[in-house]
Amino acid sequence: MNFTYNIEGGDFTNAGAPSSAVKKMLKQLGVNPDIIKRTVVALYEAEVNVVAHAYKGIITVDIEDDRIIIKLEDEGPGIEDINKAMTEGYSTASQKVREMGFGAGMGFPNMKTNSDKLTVNSTPGKGTSVEIINYF
Amino acid sequence: MKIHDIINLIGGTVVEGKQFLDKEITHVFASDLMSDVLTLNTDESLLLVTGLANLQTIRTCEMSDIKTVIFVRGKKTSAEMRELAAENEMILIETPYSMYRTSGLLFQAGVLSLY
Repeated sequence: MNFTYNIEGGDFTNAGAPSSAVKKMLKQLGVNPDIIKRTVVALYEAEVNVVAHAYKGIITVDIEDDRIIIKLEDEGPGIEDINKAMTEGYSTASQKVREMGFGAGMGFPNMKTNSDKLTVNSTPGKGTSVEIINYF
Repeated sequence: MKIHDIINLIGGTVVEGKQFLDKEITHVFASDLMSDVLTLNTDESLLLVTGLANLQTIRTCEMSDIKTVIFVRGKKTSAEMRELAAENEMILIETPYSMYRTSGLLFQAGVLSLY
């Protein structure tokens, strides 16, 4: 099964709606609740990153028999140093993002914790792509 | 501790989820940092105490399987927050007490801390 969702940069009202839809779908499919939680937490963190940093993005979700593959591709400033972004406590988030309860430099480390496989690629000035794979 | 009793203890007002007040709460986590809430390994017996009242508070709870939230210091929930909470069968409670007082009362009453 394939699904696509659009994300608008700065739109904190709709941030989380795709994660919510994925959660409902995985529940319907009878996926283990722990795996659902890991998957939607990783996706939600990634979604918040796009809303917080990029101009816009696309999420594609591919649900196979034994795994879920989630790709988030955004157009935005990109990440200069991915290793730094993966470091707990490192953040470039704006005041607005912090006021929403994020931007503490915990997103990428938490995505790693909640993904079986996490791949991050970025071109500064162009955008970032994140792939999350979780096995059922 | 039953949510009924928690509401009496903290002088709370239920603004969403009145039909679920018989549920039992075993643990409390208090934070305004949703990034931190998203790292918790928890289930529906956890209650979140927070001063952060926005839509992402509810979204964070949805992803984290947290069903009960107390908003401290008179922070008001919006109609959109309540609507999203209702969709997820959540309980939202508002209290005039501070985060410290709310947490202190719950701790004193024997509700456990997560860490």
